[in-house]
Amino acid sequence: MALLDMKNLSVEFGSSENPFRAVTGVSLSIERGEIVGIVGESGSGKSVTMLALMGLIDAPGRVHADALEFDGKNVLTMKERDKRQLIGRDIAMIFQDALSSLNPAYTVGAQLMETLKLHQGLSGRAAKARAQQLLEMVEIPDAPSRLAAYPHQLSGGMSQRVMIAMALACNPKLLIADEPTTALDVTVQAQIMELLVNLQKQHDMALILITHDLAVVAEVAHRVAVMYAGEVVETSQVPGIFSAPRHPYTQALLASIPEHSKGADRLATLPGVVPGQYDRPTGCLLSPRCPYVQDRCHSDHPTLFATPNGAARCFFPLDDAGRPTHVQ
Amino acid sequence: MFTFILRRLAVVIPTFIGITILAFALIHLIPGDPVLVMMGERNLDPVFYKAAMHRLGLDQPLYMQYWHYLVHAVHGDLGQSISTQEPVLSEFLKLFPATLELSICAIIFATIVGLAAGIIAATRRGTVVDHTVMGAALTGYSMPIFWWALMLVIFFSVYLGWTPVSGRLDLEFEVAPVTGLMLVDTLLAKDFDAFKSAVMHLILPAIVLGTIPMAVIARMTRSSMLEVLREDYIRTARAKGLSRTRIVLVHALRNALMPVVTVIGLQVGTLLAGAVLTETIFSWPGIGKWLIDSISRRDYPVVQGGILLVATMIILVNLLVDLLYGVINPRIRHAR
Repeated sequence: MALLDMKNLSVEFGSSENPFRAVTGVSLSIERGEIVGIVGESGSGKSVTMLALMGLIDAPGRVHADALEFDGKNVLTMKERDKRQLIGRDIAMIFQDALSSLNPAYTVGAQLMETLKLHQGLSGRAAKARAQQLLEMVEIPDAPSRLAAYPHQLSGGMSQRVMIAMALACNPKLLIADEPTTALDVTVQAQIMELLVNLQKQHDMALILITHDLAVVAEVAHRVAVMYAGEVVETSQVPGIFSAPRHPYTQALLASIPEHSKGADRLATLPGVVPGQYDRPTGCLLSPRCPYVQDRCHSDHPTLFATPNGAARCFFPLDDAGRPTHVQ
Repeated sequence: MFTFILRRLAVVIPTFIGITILAFALIHLIPGDPVLVMMGERNLDPVFYKAAMHRLGLDQPLYMQYWHYLVHAVHGDLGQSISTQEPVLSEFLKLFPATLELSICAIIFATIVGLAAGIIAATRRGTVVDHTVMGAALTGYSMPIFWWALMLVIFFSVYLGWTPVSGRLDLEFEVAPVTGLMLVDTLLAKDFDAFKSAVMHLILPAIVLGTIPMAVIARMTRSSMLEVLREDYIRTARAKGLSRTRIVLVHALRNALMPVVTVIGLQVGTLLAGAVLTETIFSWPGIGKWLIDSISRRDYPVVQGGILLVATMIILVNLLVDLLYGVINPRIRHAR
C-alpha cells in the first residue's frame, strides 16, 4: 500500500458561480522512502496541490478529491483535531523563503521546542536537548548558542537548515519541500540539497520535491510529475524522462535548461505564458503554445495516456526521437 | 539593552527644551496678562499695574523671562501660581493622581476591549461579526465625547441608578490619602465598601475617556493582525499542526502588537486632552480642569509648569513604549 494516495484532487478559488480551478484532477501516489519531483513553471499549481494536501487552503478556496489517503488513514473524513496531529508530525513541509517562514519574534529554540512539545509531549530540558540534537543533525555549528538566536541573526542557508530541523523534529513519514533552495546562493543550494537527500536516506522518509530545477530532479528523484496549468501533464520514472520526454511541454522544459543551449546565442524558450482564469483554451491546455499542435488539440481535452515509463496527457505523445506520434 | 535606553534618553533632552519654548511662547501669545485679569472691570491704576508687573517679573524682556523660567525649571522650581500663591508642583502633585487613576483605567479598558475586538474582527474577516465590531468601533471613534458621556449618565446613573453621577467617592467615606489613587487608598485602608464606591465612580468616566482610544486600538489591531496572518511564518505555524487559537494568540499577536503599542502610546496624549472634557462632565478633580482654569486666569506659571509636567508624562510614556518595542521585537533590541 502506498504511503500517500491522492486521487483526482482539485482546488478551486473564487465564487461558486465563477470558480477558478487552480488545480484540476491531480492524482499522485507515493511509496515509503520514495523521492518524487514535481516540476512546472510558476502558476502551474505545484505548491497549491501540496498546500491542499496539508490542509492549508483557506476559505474561500475549496478542495475536492475522490480519495486522499495517508498511511492508510482517510484524510478527507478526518476530524480537524486528528488532522492537526497528522500535520507537522507525519507530514511536514518546508518552504521557499526560509527567512520569512520563521517567526521573527521567537528564538530558534522556542520554535523548535514548540513542535516537540505539541507532538511528542517533551517538556523543558528534554525538549531543549532534542532541539539541540536536531540542530546538530542539520549540521549547524555551535548548536547550543544557536538555540537562543533569533531568525534575523541567521543567514538564508542557516534558516533553511533550521526549517529542515523543525520539519524533521517528529521523524515525519513524508516531507514536502517547496522549492527549498530557490532563495539561496548557488553554493548553499548544493549544500542544502545534499543535506536533504542524506536526511531522506537516514530517516527513510518519502520526499516530495517541488522545484524548477530539472537538474536537481535528474540527480535525486526516483519519479517525476510535470505540472502545467493545474494539471499533471506527464509522470515518469526519472532516467526515462530525460532521455525521452513524451509530452511536448516536458520536452520544452528540458530544452530550456541553459546547459542545453551551449554555443547558441539565445536560450531555448517556450513562447507564451501559463493560461490564467480567463484565457483557458477549450481543448488541450498547452495547445496555444505547443509547437506540434493539431486540429484535435484545440477541440478535445486529452486524458493521461500510458507511456513506456509512466503517463502523458497528450493525443500525440513524442517518440524516442522526440517527434510526435500518430500524426498523419 | 542599556545603550538602547541611553540613546532613547539622549533624544528626550532636545524634546524637553522644545516643549519649554512652546509652552512659554503659547501662553504669552494670548492677549492679556495675569494682572489685567485680576483687576477685572475695575479702573486700572497705572502705578499699581506697573508695580504688580514688576513684582511678578513680567516687565522684563521675553527672552529674559524665558531664561529665568528655564533656569528655575531645570532646578526643579516651576514657580508658584499667581492666583493661589501655591507652588505649581505641589498643586500638580495634588491633582495628578486623580487624572492618573482615570487615565490608567481608561487605557486598560481601551486596550483590553480594543485588542479583543480587533482580534475577533480580524479572525472573522468579512463576516457579520467583523462588520458589526468595526462599525461599533467607527461609531465610538466619531461620537462626540460629551454627548456619549451624557447618554451613559442618563441611562446608567439616572434611569438605572447603577452608578453615581459625579465625583470620586461617596461623601460618607473618609479615606486617608496615601497614594492619591482612590482604588489603592481604599484598599490600603481595608475599607471595601469605599473601594466599591470608588470603582462605581470610576466606571463611567473611564469608559467615556477610553472610548476613542478603544476604537483606534481595535481598528489598528484588526489591520495589523490581517497583515501578519498573511505572513509566511503563519503558514509555517499551521504546517506544524498548531491549533488556530495558538497561532493567533502566540504567533500572530506578538508580531501584530508593534503598531498597536505605538498607537496605545500616542493615545496617552489624546487621553490627557480628553480628560479635560471627561473631568468637567463628571466633576473629576484632575489636572485637565486645573489647566483650563489657569489659562483663563492667564496664570503663566501654572500653564507653563502644567504643560511641561503633562508633556513630561507623555515623553515618559513614549519612552516606555520605545522600550516595549525592544521587548516585543528582538530585531530592535539587537540593533546597534
